[in-house]
Amino acid sequence: ALDLFLFFFFWEVMLIPMYFLIAIWGHERKAYAAMKFFLFTQISGLLMLVSILGLVFTAAGPLGGFSFSYFDLVGIPIDSTVAWYLMLGFFIAFVVKLPGFPFHTWLPDAHTQAPTAASVLLAGILLKTGAYGLIRFTVPLFPEASLDISQPAMLLGAVGVVYGAVLAFAQDDFKRLVAYSSVSHMGFVLIGVYAWRELTLQGAVMQMVAHGLSTAALFMIAGALQHRLHTRAMSEMGGLWVKMPRMGAIAMFFIVASLGMPGLGNFVGEFLVLLGTFEVNMPITILAAVGLITAAIYSLEAMQKAFQGEPAPSLDVQDFGARDVSVLGLVMAGLLILGIYPQPVFDMVEPALSSLYSLTNTGQPWVGALQ
Amino acid sequence: MSLHELSAIGPLLTLTSVILIQMMVIAFARNLKVTVIISCVGLLLTLLAFNPVLPMMPVAVTPLLSVDGYSVFFSGLIIVAALAVTMMGYDYFKDRGVNQDEFFLLLLLATLGALVLVSSTHFASFILGLELLGVSLYTMMSYPIKGVLTLEAALKYLILSGVSSAFILFGTALLYAANGTLNFESDIESGGLYLAGGTTLVLAGILFKLSVVPFHMWTPDVYEGAPAPATAFIATVSKGAIFAVLLRFFADSGLYLLETVMSGLVLVAIASILVGNLLALRQDSVKRILAYSSIAHLGYLMVAFIAAGLSGGRDLATEAAGYFLFAYFVTTTGAFGIVTILSISSPDKDISNLSDYQGLFWRRPVLALAFTLMLLSLAGIPLTIGFIGKFYIFASGVSMTLWLLIAVVILGSGIGLFYYLRIIFTMTQRIETSGEIHIPVTAGSVMLTLSGTLLLFGVYPAPLISLIRNLVL
Repeated sequence: ALDLFLFFFFWEVMLIPMYFLIAIWGHERKAYAAMKFFLFTQISGLLMLVSILGLVFTAAGPLGGFSFSYFDLVGIPIDSTVAWYLMLGFFIAFVVKLPGFPFHTWLPDAHTQAPTAASVLLAGILLKTGAYGLIRFTVPLFPEASLDISQPAMLLGAVGVVYGAVLAFAQDDFKRLVAYSSVSHMGFVLIGVYAWRELTLQGAVMQMVAHGLSTAALFMIAGALQHRLHTRAMSEMGGLWVKMPRMGAIAMFFIVASLGMPGLGNFVGEFLVLLGTFEVNMPITILAAVGLITAAIYSLEAMQKAFQGEPAPSLDVQDFGARDVSVLGLVMAGLLILGIYPQPVFDMVEPALSSLYSLTNTGQPWVGALQ
Repeated sequence: MSLHELSAIGPLLTLTSVILIQMMVIAFARNLKVTVIISCVGLLLTLLAFNPVLPMMPVAVTPLLSVDGYSVFFSGLIIVAALAVTMMGYDYFKDRGVNQDEFFLLLLLATLGALVLVSSTHFASFILGLELLGVSLYTMMSYPIKGVLTLEAALKYLILSGVSSAFILFGTALLYAANGTLNFESDIESGGLYLAGGTTLVLAGILFKLSVVPFHMWTPDVYEGAPAPATAFIATVSKGAIFAVLLRFFADSGLYLLETVMSGLVLVAIASILVGNLLALRQDSVKRILAYSSIAHLGYLMVAFIAAGLSGGRDLATEAAGYFLFAYFVTTTGAFGIVTILSISSPDKDISNLSDYQGLFWRRPVLALAFTLMLLSLAGIPLTIGFIGKFYIFASGVSMTLWLLIAVVILGSGIGLFYYLRIIFTMTQRIETSGEIHIPVTAGSVMLTLSGTLLLFGVYPAPLISLIRNLVL
């Protein structure tokens, strides 16, 4: 949506079905998780509403009238203190959604307690809307204020990468581990957006797409595990590969994707973000690069605890059928293609990203799509 | 009075004749169905009687009343709300015993009082309309007396309302001493203490009726004890009419320039929003939750009222108040309508406890869906008319840079979400229950219409906005 009112309208509408999905079909703590999710995102959304209204009213003078249209509002000169507060409203709303540390606390509960399908939707789509909002609205509408917040925002992103990874490692609940891995991956996106270079923006977009695929698949696997074993606790799993070789192999693929193995989409995204951020802010790049290591740690640990080792003798579970394999096979193919031949994605988003980039006059020329 | 003026108050005269006819019919041949039909037809005729009024607005009918677009809009709203309450009340009172007809007579009388209120430009008609509305409400509140709660509600409202009317009268006297006239005009400069004191007293009485802090203590008990249709009426028509006259009073008299009064109103708004939302958190009774939420909603409305007082803010704030009141009418009538429908099968007590709503989605999905829509609208979620209303409140606040009030509105909305979602969540829980819930035709169709209006003007508000702009501004 390129009309701010319409954008806000549907931003809020997104929340209702998700609330119902979690509240009706969720797991043990569904009431708590659904309420927390809704409160966090709704209140931050209201802050964005005030910012939108503030922007519209401030722009009413120069424009000579009220307009919610994106194109009318983009170039308006705004007093810098006003712009700072307006930008904060947008920033908080999108960072809560992303989720960026320290506003991420709704995510583990919401993802864990949601039913499988809702988790897939939440991870695959809803989180990306936050990143979209940052790229499309926050930075182009308030370039100077975004520049002021870029270093703290990148720091938040880097901290989120490591923090999410460390907490993921501490989890016993498989789904909660994947949820924290989402926090970690989206940290890369936050860094990529606020570095605001062509490499990092394309990296952020690639990370969004690849993360959507890999984390959605991991949630599907978690759902399959819960369906068969009636538990999400990894301490009660072990040796599942022996009984379910197909699920084990597919899980291995996505775990490896999640940790950022070259050849798969996640690596492309993370690598580009780190490459581009290196020239902007080296310490943050180093901190985020540590995240690559920690990602490997928690991913492989999850794999080991759940699928490897000795199975319990009484274990009697059904392996993946043709339907599961075909669905996840498609996702695997997608990730492979993204990892080996990501160019089409870059070509697709390059015009949009370059136009957004040029709206902000950073003084650095847009080099053009990666060749 | 010339024929011109008489036809301007045609709707009032129509309603009065309908009331007299209904009184005669009840006296000679008592039949609840006939009474209700007379009520509904009468209200529709009153609505039609506005047709000849529209081309000749604005008309000043004696110094007491002024029939203009503003009064026509609110009159229409009041009549439609009264119609909805009548239709739902019929199913509610049908099987509740004998002698239920007077409720509908009193309802029409209260409507007449409200109609007088929204057209009044003079303290005489203000007090007349106020008392007509109030006295009719006292008895409607206690209809039928079954149990201590209803009696408590009625007596509480009677005594407190009487005190507030006394305050208003005293304030009117002081204003007369300050201005020399009972019209809604004042001279701020020469008013002095009489003006400030009079305004404060009148405001105290009005704010009581609007159930804002610190005059809100009666609201939960009265809402809980009164029968659900009466609660629906008092929550919508009474508050809407009094707000309309308050806005006109302050606008015509220029009393907005009184600094101390305006700062007092800011405190009132902040307190209402916070108190209303916080106190609803621990409630277990749906009617009490709705009562506290209506306190909070009047707090939001006060934000628009304050914005209307600041220079340059009048138009947007009045439009905001008009839309917000429309949304509030639709949602509150709908919410109490659900309580009414559920309480039809329970002649002793209204079905208000939260545990009675458990699993409603699995027993009666359409009803639960309607209630969910009403609650989401009260919370201000998009797709509903309540969102547009709340958006307007935000817009009027931001345009006048009332940042403290806006922050409180955000906080209040966030707190409010919790209890609205809690009710929705309770309805989605699956439990084993017995008990058939019968949805009667009239009440059901009213609910459908209200839900449809809620959704329609939530996604397509333009016709309503242009209506408000043409009439009210």
